[in-house]
Amino acid sequence: MSIGGALLRLEQLEVVYQKVVTAIQGVSLEVAEGRIVALLGSNGAGKTTTLRAITGFLGIDDARVTDGRVWFEGRSIENQPPQLVARHGIAIVPERQKVFETLTVTENLEATVPRAGVTRAEQRRRIERVFEHFPRLHAARRRGAGYLSGGERQMLAIGAALLCTPRLLLVDELSQGLAPRIVENLLERLVALRKELGLTVLLVEQSAHVALQIADHGYIMENGRVVLDGTPQRLREHKDVQEFYLGQAGGGERRSYRDVKQYRRSRRWYG
Amino acid sequence: MAEPSKTHALLQVSGLHLNFGGLVVLNGISLEVGRGELLALIGPNGAGKTSVLNCISLLYRASRGRIVFEGEDLAGLPAHRAARRGIARTFQLGGLFPHLTVLENLLVGRHAHFRSNVVLDGIFWGRARANEIAQRAAAEEIIEFFELERYRGELVSKLPFGVQKVVGFARALAMEPRLLLLDEPSAGLNREAREDLSRFILRIKHEKGIGMIWVEHDMQMVADLADRIYVMDYGAYIADGEPQQVLADPRVVEIYLGSKGH
Repeated sequence: MSIGGALLRLEQLEVVYQKVVTAIQGVSLEVAEGRIVALLGSNGAGKTTTLRAITGFLGIDDARVTDGRVWFEGRSIENQPPQLVARHGIAIVPERQKVFETLTVTENLEATVPRAGVTRAEQRRRIERVFEHFPRLHAARRRGAGYLSGGERQMLAIGAALLCTPRLLLVDELSQGLAPRIVENLLERLVALRKELGLTVLLVEQSAHVALQIADHGYIMENGRVVLDGTPQRLREHKDVQEFYLGQAGGGERRSYRDVKQYRRSRRWYG
Repeated sequence: MAEPSKTHALLQVSGLHLNFGGLVVLNGISLEVGRGELLALIGPNGAGKTSVLNCISLLYRASRGRIVFEGEDLAGLPAHRAARRGIARTFQLGGLFPHLTVLENLLVGRHAHFRSNVVLDGIFWGRARANEIAQRAAAEEIIEFFELERYRGELVSKLPFGVQKVVGFARALAMEPRLLLLDEPSAGLNREAREDLSRFILRIKHEKGIGMIWVEHDMQMVADLADRIYVMDYGAYIADGEPQQVLADPRVVEIYLGSKGH
């Protein structure tokens, strides 16, 4: 199966919860090797479901991929269990900076580093590598993860994902609940990691403003479907993206949160 | 809305200190909120913003300092007393009952307003019945206010995170508080949902005159909506004042906003 340079490709994906609720329908998207791709969408659009369909975490919610394919390096992996997907080289940084709060930073990494087929020395080397990528984690290595700041927790979550030496990193809501300066640092870090490790990144974000800063390509989901995709420049010029995601008024200047709408606006996607 | 004068402040916090063992979490925080005033509380992650909210809602007991709400010192009261005095809050992660529906979560928020009587409740008669109907009506009003109609009967655990945050906000308002503590209500919401949130906040401020302390990382929202901003870092005061002036303060840019500003 030739997939034309795409590391990950979703083809007409459909996911159904509890055999009755269709969460996403006909979703197709591509993540080319070495790229940073953004997946944007409002609450309940199906972004997290899409990530779960890739990582195999659908089963815990009694959901299944009922149609379509998830191709990774030319191999179809939909409905495979998470541990198998991880072994293919896909790692996820979950939403809300999930870490083991009662363990120290080092213990978190030791608990996450793969053991099967990885020597002790290699395990230690991978953990050291994470500390090189995130010097702040090294400084905090003996602290309980529950006492880390939000930014440090996010670094730890990314670091833990890197221990699996993934080729594709899925990041769910990088910027959520983090100070602007921290978000800026993390974005720079991601771009650097891509370069240093040859990583490919799929970034799921609420904030189009954040994601389009570093993405090479973006997809927009609404009601379980991809409604628009393109380069950041094309997306920024789209009227609906400006209105619903960037909060810009007609002339491109920013709309104030004080000018709150009093009615439901309608979308013009493709219209 | 008139500027709240010192004597009419809804909430006065002075010299708040909080230690966890040897760790100093809050180091002399003093702030005031008036009726209908929206005070944004900002600072880097780990600055102690949530700890301030936890102290005011009495979840944490401050090591030192005074918390005076409507002229009354809250020192030594248990947390549920703060709720009955008229202080409600939201939580960063929602803090809802995941296995209850949206409506049921709101009814829990109404608990302080239930008047119970074992005999009448037991036979669901008279006052008990009228009370139940009144509480349900109040909850429905909140659902309408937050435009949650289509989620009314759904289990909270099944809702997208952003909607859960709105439900958490709704439940806090269902308590009919006079002071609302909002812990990052916009996290997990996209631009459009943030505009909805802005509208809710402005309506609560203008129509209900509720004072609010609002922990937030979206500086556009803060700049557009807040009456005043209080900035903290490492548990200590950095700056406060009107939004435009505070956000231009070089120290605030240095510790919080970063080179690109907001």
